[in-house]
Amino acid sequence: PAASAVLKKRLVKLVVNFLFYFRTDEAEPIGALLLEHCKITKEEENVFSISFIEEPERKYCFECATEEQCLEWVEALRRASYEFLRRSLIFYRNEIQKMTGKDPLEQYGISEEARFQLGAHRQ
Amino acid sequence: MKLNERSVAHYATCDSPADHTGFLRKRVERHHHHAHHHGTSYQRRWFVLKGNLLFYFEERESREPMGLVVLEGCTVELCEAAEEFAFAIRFDDAGARAYVLVADGQAAMEAWVKALSRASFDYMRLVVRELEKQLEEACKSLAACRKSPQRSSSSGRKRHLSNPALQPLQEKPTSLENGYSTWSSGGCVTSGATCADYDEGQAKPPPLPPRRRSAASSAAGSPAPGLSPAMLESPVSPETICFSKLHNWYGQEIAVLRREWQERQKRGHP
Repeated sequence: PAASAVLKKRLVKLVVNFLFYFRTDEAEPIGALLLEHCKITKEEENVFSISFIEEPERKYCFECATEEQCLEWVEALRRASYEFLRRSLIFYRNEIQKMTGKDPLEQYGISEEARFQLGAHRQ
Repeated sequence: MKLNERSVAHYATCDSPADHTGFLRKRVERHHHHAHHHGTSYQRRWFVLKGNLLFYFEERESREPMGLVVLEGCTVELCEAAEEFAFAIRFDDAGARAYVLVADGQAAMEAWVKALSRASFDYMRLVVRELEKQLEEACKSLAACRKSPQRSSSSGRKRHLSNPALQPLQEKPTSLENGYSTWSSGGCVTSGATCADYDEGQAKPPPLPPRRRSAASSAAGSPAPGLSPAMLESPVSPETICFSKLHNWYGQEIAVLRREWQERQKRGHP
C-alpha cells in the first residue's frame, strides 16, 4: 500500500464494509481494510486510492485493468460503509414519511431502534 | 492477516455515535488442549457497538480497543450458561469461536440481544432495499393521483431529494467521504428536481450495489417482497470465511496487537 512505486498484483474482494485482499492464488486473505470514515479518490487513469480520516496523507492505491473498472470500484467503495447505508435508510424513511404520512419502519417494529434515528441519537 | 488497525481503532474511539454501549462480562475462552478445566471465568469489559462492529475495551477510558467482533453471519441467542443474563454470539462458520457475554440484568441483556441481532450490514442493506422500493411505489402512486397541478413543489422538496450524500455521481471537488458526508443543504445540487422529475427517475438516488450471492441462500433467491418480523429478527448469513479468519485472528492475537499499539505510541506516532 501507500504511494510507493511497487505495485503488487492482488485479488481484491469487497465484503460488506471490508475490502479484503489476497495473493492471486491463495484462498485466505492476507489483509483487509475496514471502510469506515474513509475517502475514495479517483486518481489518474485506472487508479483510485483509499485514505482514512485520521491519516489523510496515507493513501492505499489501487490500479485497475481498465478505467471503467476503476470507476465501478470507486462507486462501489463509496457506498460500502455502514454509515452510508445508515444515512440512506434515514433518507428513505424520511421521504416515505413525508409522502405517505407514515413511518415505514413501524410495520416492522423497529422504528424506535437507535440506529435508525436522525441526528445525534443514542445513549 | 493484516488490518488497518489504526483506522479501526480510530473508528472505535472517535466520537461518532455508538449504537449501544455498556459493561458486559465476557467469558474467557480457554484453549481446548488444556486438560484441566478450572471452571469458566469472566472478565468485565466495556463494549461499544458501532454499525456491524462490536468493540471491547479493557476499561471504559481505554484509548484503544482490545478486540473486535464483526457481526456478520452470526446469530445472537440466550445462553444455557450457569450465569444469569448470559447470551452468546455464534457464527455460521462452525470453526469460529463463539462469544459468551453476561449482562448486568434482564433489561440490559434484552437490550444487547436486540441491538446485536440487527447489527449486521446485510440486515441494514435488506431494510434499505425495502424502503427504496416503497419510496418508488409511493412516488408512482403520488404521480398517478396528481392529474392537475396542486401546490407546486417547494424548493424545500428539491433540497431533500437532491442530497449530495446519495448522488455520488455528481463529481464534486470535495469528494464524498464514507461516514463524513453531511446533510448540509449548502452543498446541495439543485437539479430542479420537482416531484414530476422524480417520477421520471432523474432525481432518484443511485441504485445500491448488486446483491451478493449468498452461499447460504439456496432456494431463496431474492428476499420476499414483504419483510416478515421473523426475517428481521434473524440476520441473513453471508459468506463467512473471511470473517471467521478475522475473528480468530483477533481472538488469538489481542495481546500482540496491544503490544504493537503501545510500542507505536512510545515511538511517538500521533
